[in-house]
Amino acid sequence: MNDTITAISTTLGIGAISIIRVSGNDAIKIVNKIFKGRDLEKVNTHTINYGYIMDGNIKIDEVLVSVMRAPKTFTREDVVEINTHGGIAITNKVLELLLLNGCRLAEPGEFTKRAFLNGRIDLIEAEGVMDLINAKTEKSRKIAMNEVNGEVSKLIKDLRKNIIEILANIEVNIDYPEYEDIEEMTNKIILDNVENITLKINNILKKSEDMKIIKEGIKTIIIGSPNVGKSSILNRLLNEDKAIVTDIAGTTRDIVEGNIQIDGIILNILDTAGIRKTNDVVESIGVKKSLDLIDEADLILYVLNNNEKIIEEEKDILNKIKDKNHIIIVNKIDLEKNIDLSMLDNYILMSIKDDVGIDELRKKIKDMFNLEKINTSDFTYLSSARSISLLKKALISLDDVKKGIKENMPVDMVEIDLKKVWSTLGEIIGETYSDELIDQLFSQFCLGK
Amino acid sequence: MYEVIVVGGGHAGCEASLSCARKGHKTLLATGNIKNIADMPCNPSIGGSAKGIVVREIDALGGEMGRNADKSILQIKMLNSAKGPAVQALRAQADKITYPKNMINTLTNTSNLEIKETIVEDLIVENNVVKGIKLEDGTELKSKIVILTTGTYLKADILIGDTRKRQGPHGEKPSNHLSDKLKEYGFNIIRLKTGTPQRIDKNSIDFSKTKIEQGDDRYYTFSFDNKVYYDKDSQIPCHLIYTNEKTHKIIKDNLNKSSMYGGLSDIKGVGPRYCPSIEDKVVRFADKERHQLFLEPESIYYDDIYIQGFSTSMPYEIQEKMVHSLEGLENAKINKYGYAIEYDAIDSKQLKQTLETKIIKNLYTAGQINGTSGYEEAACQGLIAGINASLSLEKKEPLILKRNEAYIGVLIDDLVTKGVIDPYRLLTSRAEYRLLLRHDNADIRLREYGYKVGLVSQEKYDKFKEKKNQIVTLTEYLKNNKLTPKKETNEKLINVGIPEIKESMTLYNLIKRPEVKIEKLQSFLDKNYDIDVLEQVEINIKYEGYIKKAIDEANKMVDLDNKKIPEDINYDKIHNLASEAKQKLNQIRPTSIGQALRISGVNPADISLIMVYIKKEYFYESK
Repeated sequence: MNDTITAISTTLGIGAISIIRVSGNDAIKIVNKIFKGRDLEKVNTHTINYGYIMDGNIKIDEVLVSVMRAPKTFTREDVVEINTHGGIAITNKVLELLLLNGCRLAEPGEFTKRAFLNGRIDLIEAEGVMDLINAKTEKSRKIAMNEVNGEVSKLIKDLRKNIIEILANIEVNIDYPEYEDIEEMTNKIILDNVENITLKINNILKKSEDMKIIKEGIKTIIIGSPNVGKSSILNRLLNEDKAIVTDIAGTTRDIVEGNIQIDGIILNILDTAGIRKTNDVVESIGVKKSLDLIDEADLILYVLNNNEKIIEEEKDILNKIKDKNHIIIVNKIDLEKNIDLSMLDNYILMSIKDDVGIDELRKKIKDMFNLEKINTSDFTYLSSARSISLLKKALISLDDVKKGIKENMPVDMVEIDLKKVWSTLGEIIGETYSDELIDQLFSQFCLGK
Repeated sequence: MYEVIVVGGGHAGCEASLSCARKGHKTLLATGNIKNIADMPCNPSIGGSAKGIVVREIDALGGEMGRNADKSILQIKMLNSAKGPAVQALRAQADKITYPKNMINTLTNTSNLEIKETIVEDLIVENNVVKGIKLEDGTELKSKIVILTTGTYLKADILIGDTRKRQGPHGEKPSNHLSDKLKEYGFNIIRLKTGTPQRIDKNSIDFSKTKIEQGDDRYYTFSFDNKVYYDKDSQIPCHLIYTNEKTHKIIKDNLNKSSMYGGLSDIKGVGPRYCPSIEDKVVRFADKERHQLFLEPESIYYDDIYIQGFSTSMPYEIQEKMVHSLEGLENAKINKYGYAIEYDAIDSKQLKQTLETKIIKNLYTAGQINGTSGYEEAACQGLIAGINASLSLEKKEPLILKRNEAYIGVLIDDLVTKGVIDPYRLLTSRAEYRLLLRHDNADIRLREYGYKVGLVSQEKYDKFKEKKNQIVTLTEYLKNNKLTPKKETNEKLINVGIPEIKESMTLYNLIKRPEVKIEKLQSFLDKNYDIDVLEQVEINIKYEGYIKKAIDEANKMVDLDNKKIPEDINYDKIHNLASEAKQKLNQIRPTSIGQALRISGVNPADISLIMVYIKKEYFYESK
């Protein structure tokens, strides 16, 4: 059943316009029912048409409607996009009219799923599209574009070609054992090739890890005792009043999120509830969350108060973060110094009030993650968690190949693991069928695409 | 009135008729020439890579080929003995007189089996159900089931140089009308070809200029009966020679005279890629200075030597020049010239996994008519067609072997799922799980099936059960018994050539070491075990990790194979299916998701669509 689906494909309520996308056999027919202007069923494909969305005789909004007929569309089905004047109420009303006239609300990722199922895009491209939608900076958009262009597929395909040539040679040796004029694929030759392939995969992985930072950003948390100025620092970085800042200790009970860019790299910053012993139930939940976050974070900004002595609980935290990427901030240097700095070996002195230390913090983060270097890298690397984990799986199989060779296993045993490498790499570009693969892929997609 | 009529007395026909008759069904074997029953018109050997394992599988299921081959061994070898157990296979030079003679003997001594010399020209078909056969004189013979095993005899043409003669390999009359009739019934007929080299008089060869190729210096049998009929010290050798520049020049200069290269302009048949003619080899691999040729004895009862690797369709006078250009064959006398043969086959995609045709009920086909090549490939299909014909008469579930159970399963699944373009030969690389499909464990895999369908006797089955028990007992013993690094133990180990141990370990773990052979550990075992049992246990221990991986992979496939596609599914209703996929699915009508996935042109996205559609339309719960 090729029913017609619809969804709002821009973020609701933000931006000057909203786009509502419709895809399926009846897309044009359904939109035409609520459109006043030219007859959409008669207009040329890939045209933009001016008119009104109507609820009976009532004008809902002045709109531009793009009509794109199959197959040259994203989903390879008929696609109509309605550009409305934004606003939650109007956009929702248009959506409601579409649903009333025969559309079904798209499930998360369903547009991309259709594009994939209709053979419009391969798996890597499907993931790339998702990344493109989520891309927050120019750099990550470029990576996403590269995946769509199939640059990654080419890298993987080259590796697979190398492997399939070895496999084919082994097969010939086995099926034609008495033909002496065919080169015998020995464990030694396989080992040389395997070392080379391992090197290449490791290289892709290394770059991919860097790319992960570019695309997903650096997960950063700000922790510290209550009222050391965590929220103020966050606000200074964000230049907006997202966290509630007061002088009363314990104001921030929930964890607040904000994004900043440093040299084009996203920092996802989580503000946390101040860490202290507390009897307040709500607050103690916040404290526990803060402590848990330490384990997940890529970067910890630990804030101490220049005005206070370091207490036992703070020493515990210092101990807990010492093996992680962390920066210690001694805040409130505009106030009287009561802190004993001799027990810290590396810190930034800061005063939000006097605008001291913020630039130093940015520079330190930049150095810590080598962001300058990442900036100059090229962008043809795997960037989705699924692809990266499959590459790692391929590495494990490559290790098995080497182990087999070391144990002097016959070539046909060694080949089993090499075949596994081949099929695992195939999974990355969607050339091996795996039941779970598709389910997992599409559950990751967000609504609207 | 017969229950089963088998048309054709080749390797497929023999197994098909024997299995039906042995299961108590009144069977007629109709053959064009009784003299040619179980004939080996091509090379004088049975087995080979993958094919040798098929012979073992046939034997495990209760077929005849293994036993019959054991009675006619001129020379036997284990191929790939330097590689792992998964790819080892037996190949024997089999006597071309003895093999058919023994088979005819077995057939004539089988009750319920009648043999008739005749040419079949049509089937009796009513409402798409076969009811019997029509002979060339118009006589009708009725039966409940017909199995066609006509080999290369459907519109067979022998091609030599610029001549085309309608005849079989021995100049016999082929069947001229049957394939036209099959076409009328709705079968797609494809044209295939294959070729064969010259036979040389042994006494005219100078063997001093050749390299001798001996059989292995130990006893092997194809059959699990383990009856040896040959003397290993009196095996007949083969000889290796090479083509040379002179040979290649003769071929290149006369290429246009070869039937295949312009001698005949009306060739439609597609030849086998894995077994090219010498013309093909010289043209396609022009940079090769020489090609290997094996001189293989055909029989001890006559003097023909078969030049394996030299198949050709050149005119006689060019063949003379070619043969005489070979070292050692300068004065060779050609007893029979090489030729190509073109023949009709049906599209195997029109078959079910049981080898019954989808078009006509109760009609089965097996062997070269299905587009395969090779004696072993033919025999195993004959056996499966015979078994399933019988099971259908007995109203029992059919025997369908999975790809992880037998090469036979791989072969039939390939035939019905992928179809053939050139004559299909089994290769080990066609099997995804070949570590599971070994020469040594064919009985473990298939004996149970053979017993269940009634082709394996109680006595043989009991023997097999005993073997299985011994394997379990020995494995347990090895797991439960530890060696400690005592002086006397280490001395005992060193005595049998095993390095001493430094810490205590179970015998099981000791055998995991690459250098430790279980045979050497006999003095540490609780009793004497059969060599087969020792071998089986050793392989299971040494390759445990790899076997486990193979089983895991196979289980994934089995899961997909267990996801059944409803028989009445309408692919035209699945709108987003790629049109190529839709067309293939409609043609092949796979029975499971696993099978659908193996169809070339059906991609994973199509599979997802089918699965979604099935869930939606049939409330089908996937497991």
